Amino acid sequence: MHKLIQNEMLKLIAKKRLIVIAIIIGVLVMLFTYAQYKQIQTQREKLGTSDWRTILQQQIVDTTNRLSSSRISDEWKKQLQISLQQQQYYLEHDINPSEPGAPTFMRIFLENSIDLFIPLMVMVIASDLVSSEHSLGTVKLLLTRPVKRWKILLSKYITLCLAVSLIIAIAGILSYGISGLVFGYKGWGAPILTGFSVTDTGLNTSEVRLLSLWKFLLMDFGLVWFVAIVVGTLSFMLSVLIRSTAAGMGVMLAALISGAILNNMVSSWKSAKFFFMVNLRLTDYMKGNAPPIEGMTLSFSLLTLLVWWAAALMVSFMVFTKRDVY
Amino acid sequence: MEKKITLSVKDLKKVIGRREIIKGLSFDLREGEVFGFLGPNGAGKTTTIRMLVGLIRPTSGTIHICGFNIREHFQNAMESLGCIVENPELYPYLSGYNNLLHFARMLEGIGEERIKEVTELVGLTERIHDKVKTYSLGMRQRLGIAQALLGNPKVLILDEPTNGLDPAGIREMREFIRFLAEQEGLSVLVSSHLLSEIQLLCDRVAIISKGAIIRIDTVEKLLSNRERVVWRLAPIDKGKQVLAAMTEIEEKEDGTILTEFDEQRTPEWNKQLVEAGVSVIEFHRKLPVLEDLFLELTGGETIA
Repeated sequence: MHKLIQNEMLKLIAKKRLIVIAIIIGVLVMLFTYAQYKQIQTQREKLGTSDWRTILQQQIVDTTNRLSSSRISDEWKKQLQISLQQQQYYLEHDINPSEPGAPTFMRIFLENSIDLFIPLMVMVIASDLVSSEHSLGTVKLLLTRPVKRWKILLSKYITLCLAVSLIIAIAGILSYGISGLVFGYKGWGAPILTGFSVTDTGLNTSEVRLLSLWKFLLMDFGLVWFVAIVVGTLSFMLSVLIRSTAAGMGVMLAALISGAILNNMVSSWKSAKFFFMVNLRLTDYMKGNAPPIEGMTLSFSLLTLLVWWAAALMVSFMVFTKRDVY
Repeated sequence: MEKKITLSVKDLKKVIGRREIIKGLSFDLREGEVFGFLGPNGAGKTTTIRMLVGLIRPTSGTIHICGFNIREHFQNAMESLGCIVENPELYPYLSGYNNLLHFARMLEGIGEERIKEVTELVGLTERIHDKVKTYSLGMRQRLGIAQALLGNPKVLILDEPTNGLDPAGIREMREFIRFLAEQEGLSVLVSSHLLSEIQLLCDRVAIISKGAIIRIDTVEKLLSNRERVVWRLAPIDKGKQVLAAMTEIEEKEDGTILTEFDEQRTPEWNKQLVEAGVSVIEFHRKLPVLEDLFLELTGGETIA
């Protein structure tokens, strides 16, 4: 088995996909770092201070003003109320919600890339893992060796899991390394609050706990990894089913983007919560943002994704081992 | 003594949808034999070969490679098989060596030594560390063969092995395949739609059309009784008369006359013609082309 995985790794590295992904992540992190830096500067100029309490107070005032406007929708109002309550909670407990430093940047970067950017990078690798063998015609050589088909597919899947882990490690290392140049590398121990839960009556703070940022990040990374594996497995399945890499990528891309769009408009369509793509923002549960559909919780999303993952894996193996190759 | 059977196919069928693509093929391959699979495009050659190498599941029938049923003992069966299905498609972004290494890792107990051996055998030692995308078609074909030979197979299956090669390459390939069969004792199954190729290369031939084997025979037998003699005579009318008196003739549009070929009788006809005052400008033996052979064997079915 390890020889087969070695083979897949050889091909993956020769295709130079991982390097391309690392470059894309690097460039984006640089862009975000600069954007973040600019934002902090303008804030400082506007308020004339760099004290986070003043900034947070100003934000609370802003949010309250927006809430009093009559033109905003109920949905949006609820979201704003929740974030207002959170901001107040942070202020009351004298905790900076975004302690400056590379670890905080990393957290924000992860939270914003979990539902589209990281899945996209994973897709680049996963979607041609099997279909490229078909388009090159090498599948004929691969399947006429004295090796059972399921073993060949399993070696490819394990390679995918390794690659996904590597991508997330690259994202972590690059976002820490690059942003640290600007924001400094400290801040691992900064306190952060988690455990907010959204109920019908609003924000429930009874289970809120204080965590060190590094522990929080560890959990964030776990969630991002889980999402990346699920998305990777789904692209993998499409790669088995659809022999054209471009078509497979197109389908997956459409699903991911539709997820981002649906998140903003499905609150009244309850059964949409079983789609995998509206369940990808797992890190939002950690922060206590309102879910896109009422009644969605972290465990619900985890379970939904798990079902999608298992189904995709099963379909991949069934089709790959049975199918006639022309 | 009869040579050992290495590949045995019995009543092989494939149904796709409602159409029966392959209608019950049976044949055997023996050690040291080159077996030709001859048929027009769309006759079912490639589908059959894909079933033999385990890419397509037969609807019914059995395939044994060195005694192992490929459905029940896939691994054992495949260990004795090397193949190229259609073009030798290898990874263009890997070097030739890495391609061989890749496939060697999928075989038990095949190491660098064997890779070096097959590289030398196909004469690629100089370019083996270059990327495959820089190879010419002939070199890819040779790398494909090297890949097929890696696991010391007993049976070699080559689908249209000379496709896209230049005349020198075709000749080289032909000699190489003969060498493998005669010196190394491999059974080689070669498919082609070119009669001339099969004729020069194979010991036995199966002619396949519309998913069924029309005939299996040795090359000599298949061709000998279908040889023709082309005559160019002057004056033509008189020549025709003389010949028609002795044998069946067929007139061609270009002014030549076709008769059958017979070792004893043909020289006699020539003598008669000369004695009758007809000048024989030219007469030569003509081998049948695939079209003619097909027309005769299938009774009018045209090549698709």
